[in-house]
Amino acid sequence: MSPLVTDLRYLLPWQFSPTLFILTAVTVALYVRGLVTLRRGGGRVGFWRVFTFFLGLALNYAMLQTYVDYLSAHMFWIHRFQHLVLHHIGPVLMVLSGPDRVLRAGIPAGLRRVRIAAWIRRPIQVLFRIVQHPLIAPVLFVGIIFFWLTPSIHFTAMIDTRRFILMNWSMLADGLLFWWLMLAPRQVQGRAAIGYGTRLVILALVAIPQLLLGAYITLHTTSLYPIYAVCGRAWSVSPLYDQQIGGLLTWIPAAMMSLVGILAVLHHILHDPDATEVRRRGRFASPAQPAG
Amino acid sequence: MIRTLQKWAPAALVLAALAGCVGNDPHYTLTSISGLVSPLEFKMTNQDGQPVTAADYRHDLVLLYFGYTRCPDECPTTLTMLANALHTLGPQASQVRVLFVTVDPNRDTTGVLKRYVSNFGPQFVGLRPDQDELTALSKRYRISYHYEKPDKYGNYEVDHSSAVFIFDGGGRARLLALSGNTSQQVASDLHRLLTTS
Repeated sequence: MSPLVTDLRYLLPWQFSPTLFILTAVTVALYVRGLVTLRRGGGRVGFWRVFTFFLGLALNYAMLQTYVDYLSAHMFWIHRFQHLVLHHIGPVLMVLSGPDRVLRAGIPAGLRRVRIAAWIRRPIQVLFRIVQHPLIAPVLFVGIIFFWLTPSIHFTAMIDTRRFILMNWSMLADGLLFWWLMLAPRQVQGRAAIGYGTRLVILALVAIPQLLLGAYITLHTTSLYPIYAVCGRAWSVSPLYDQQIGGLLTWIPAAMMSLVGILAVLHHILHDPDATEVRRRGRFASPAQPAG
Repeated sequence: MIRTLQKWAPAALVLAALAGCVGNDPHYTLTSISGLVSPLEFKMTNQDGQPVTAADYRHDLVLLYFGYTRCPDECPTTLTMLANALHTLGPQASQVRVLFVTVDPNRDTTGVLKRYVSNFGPQFVGLRPDQDELTALSKRYRISYHYEKPDKYGNYEVDHSSAVFIFDGGGRARLLALSGNTSQQVASDLHRLLTTS
């Protein structure tokens, strides 16, 4: 095979998922249609917003539908990198781009008038409110990492294609839900919105178990995940070296994303009209407080 | 507090239910893979140059192992362990087939395979996939193989999976023998599979 053909092969799906392909295509179509509609109405969406959205979407797609999909099943640290993108980086980029306005503008008018029957809509709303509860969302976010990294569960997720797909989808879905709850401005979140102060606490708290788990994996002196030896690694590296790199990826960058999140929330606080109002009132309310 | 508990309960139940799905069958020493791994399915050429499919091995207990004949250590160790297990099993071993699939079909011709597997016993069958079938097998059984850089004589090693997949007479995946398992453990689990299914 010529080098070009070999390189193209790496961009093709290892196991093609029609569902993911259609979902991605529909998202791209809605977003592009939204951009066009907004521009016609005189609205503008900044270049970096569009860029950030597509970067996040493309990263998520690449993790699931390129050669990375194969490598992630045969190298622990690539699996950890894949989940770092699916659960943290990709969703953070997509949410920070503020896609809701564009996507909403992209929905065709005919479709927007369609009323979804209450018996379908209600359970979805209830489920959404449960998973977006300020106590449940962070537990789910951390719990899903621990769940799939439990050695016995990890073993079956790597040997069973259906569980492997379920694992990756659950990480992406939970990543989008959690970072939406944390990073989307309050005004666009509707009833699920929680205060910015609470978000800061949640973001700081979810970093701790990730730090502990990452350190545990990195510093473990025996192989926690023998499945990679059983099914074969993508190339030759020592199992412990693979485990240490994977542990470091779970440890440092994953927890760093909490810091990114905190900065984004602080940005919201500074720019939120309601929050500014509260700050101003707060200042007026206690004029007698000594400076410094 | 009670409200909090009510809100936590569904999440806790989901986690518990998922955790309950995994865990090993207490009747077997080897790792249970029932319902996790695809049924036996393939199209290859056997050591005598004849095309064979999984249907040709129905009603046999099939042990599927991936390797190559120039493998310096792991393959001979595993195949010897399996040969010992079949020896321990006694007459029941006639209902067992060990399918040795080469991940190096370029060098492992059917003749080479035939000479190699004959070292281990009459139940051992050498199978040679073409390149497309090898890719399909690696997807179906989630195994990897890759070729190391050749030395100055053109010899190269192949890294590959180490597991032995065990299928029952109906072609269903049942157990996984790992490199730490002994021939005694394999023999007793094969015996149990043969007497219960």
